[in-house]
Amino acid sequence: MREEKKATRQSYGEALVELGKKNGNIVVLDADLSGATKTDLFAKEFPERFFDMGIAEQDMMSTAAGLATCKKIPYASTFAVFAAGRAYDQIRSSICYPKANVKICATHAGVTVGEDGATHQMIEDLALMRTLPNMTVLSTSDDVQTKWAVEEISKMEEPVYLRLARLATPIIYDEEQKFEIGKAVQIGNGTDATVFATGVTVSEAIKAKEELANKGINIRVVDMHTIKPIDKEIIIKCAQETKKLISVEDHNIIGGLGSAISEVLTEECPTKLIRLGIKDTFGKSGKAEELMKYFEITAKNIVDNIV
Amino acid sequence: MSVSILRIICQKFVIIFYKGVVILKITNINELQEKAKEVRRGIIEEIYSANSGHPGGSLSIADILTVLYFNEMNVDEKNPNWEDRDRLVLSKGHASPALYSTLANRGYFTVEDLKTFRGINSKLQGHPDMKHIPGVDMTTGSLGQGLSAANGMAIAGKIDNKNYRVYCILGDGEIEEGQVWEAAMTSGKYKLDNLCVIVDNNNLQIDGEISDVMNPYPIDEKFKASGFKIICIDGHNIEKIISAFEVAKNVKEQPVCIIAKTIKGKGISFMENQVGWHGKAPNEEQYNQAIKELGGAK
Repeated sequence: MREEKKATRQSYGEALVELGKKNGNIVVLDADLSGATKTDLFAKEFPERFFDMGIAEQDMMSTAAGLATCKKIPYASTFAVFAAGRAYDQIRSSICYPKANVKICATHAGVTVGEDGATHQMIEDLALMRTLPNMTVLSTSDDVQTKWAVEEISKMEEPVYLRLARLATPIIYDEEQKFEIGKAVQIGNGTDATVFATGVTVSEAIKAKEELANKGINIRVVDMHTIKPIDKEIIIKCAQETKKLISVEDHNIIGGLGSAISEVLTEECPTKLIRLGIKDTFGKSGKAEELMKYFEITAKNIVDNIV
Repeated sequence: MSVSILRIICQKFVIIFYKGVVILKITNINELQEKAKEVRRGIIEEIYSANSGHPGGSLSIADILTVLYFNEMNVDEKNPNWEDRDRLVLSKGHASPALYSTLANRGYFTVEDLKTFRGINSKLQGHPDMKHIPGVDMTTGSLGQGLSAANGMAIAGKIDNKNYRVYCILGDGEIEEGQVWEAAMTSGKYKLDNLCVIVDNNNLQIDGEISDVMNPYPIDEKFKASGFKIICIDGHNIEKIISAFEVAKNVKEQPVCIIAKTIKGKGISFMENQVGWHGKAPNEEQYNQAIKELGGAK
């Protein structure tokens, strides 16, 4: 993990430009937030393939579906709360049911949105999106992984929800790191505990792992960049190999990463799981780092639950 | 003899060659009226067979769909996904019986298939399903989303410099959905002159007259404000429908909205203008009566 930090929304914007150069069928839609979602980078490079749909997320999603029926590959972006929340039925009926090739890239997920407060802090999107048939759900943790994901999903002819963050977090991976949809990344081989993390909490889990190592406690971190289809194999393996299981996410503990892992554990190898996340309450205003402490999803909270 | 037969054929049809595809179009008004009757018979067959479905709003768009698929649109039933085809989005998806009957009569699948409508083993889902039904260009059912999808298709046509046109049928009750007006702004913003919206103005929705439930009037002024050219017609007059599409095709730099005054349940005396026939299937006696009014079984 490097010192250098970057928000995954920034990585997304940069990756879109590269993708746009390689593939002429890529079109990008935004709902008046292109400066924040970073799709403005694509808009500057390819104005003829960028569509600002105004403050009309529902229209944006169904328009993207129409574009997809004509072989375009639309990337539709807005804040997670307006994508997965406001336009849920459009995603369900116009995109997922007909299996439209639309990539919903939702930035500003979770309480780490910060100062805007609860109305803008989407902590239910993983739950909403993973219940939709035909939907693949991704939640990337750093610059390298996000750039990989943005290109990789363009090759899948089906709907994808990609969850991105506002908060700048450390770059975790080397450029050479290989990823695969549906295959989590295991960091370390410790057997004292497994910490399953996703998105902005992965770097927290890695910090916790390093702190614990100094105390002689060896854990592993599993970066669950794919929430659906969930990597059952690694969950079962870690349940069998490690003494303790913890999940940590910037999302409601209901319906998100912790729930998805619990579903696997319940059916495959019943094991206790400690779920860290937003405990069925709305977010609040504050600085992102303060909110992570407030909602107990930091490295310290992970450490406290292991020692 | 053979010459006169050829002449008769020429009076009734026109054969066009478009982008390498041979398309037969019916031009004779009486023939189109007969086709519309067949479409209506199919609607009744479907809903009676399923004992479920929406006859009122299906019958009100039967003439419009007949003109679209037998006279206006460049489509190829042998190649439903032909990329240069004109496209139709039936945004008021509950009128699926009308679309399916039109597609069956056009040859996308058999008229016999219509009797499987809404059945467990049927491809003919309750609402239009583009993944399983040949000829269905967009999945619809949750009201208010179709115009957005049609915009997407029209925008794609502009990007690719294609000549195809996109048609979108909205219900007059459906336009109470806010998304329709988001979409209307999009049509106007991108000057989608390859898009033609048709509002099926039958004046009724489930809970009553549209002006009582949630008044969407003035429909013309609202679309006009979003940049549409407005054409108002009698939605059951085949000649007027044909000429409206002709006018629409020649409008440049703006989308067109045809407001078609229609009668819910049109063609079946006891269903006409009766809100109770929005989503109800006929019993055996009503079915027989309906088929009789449509000229009897074929």
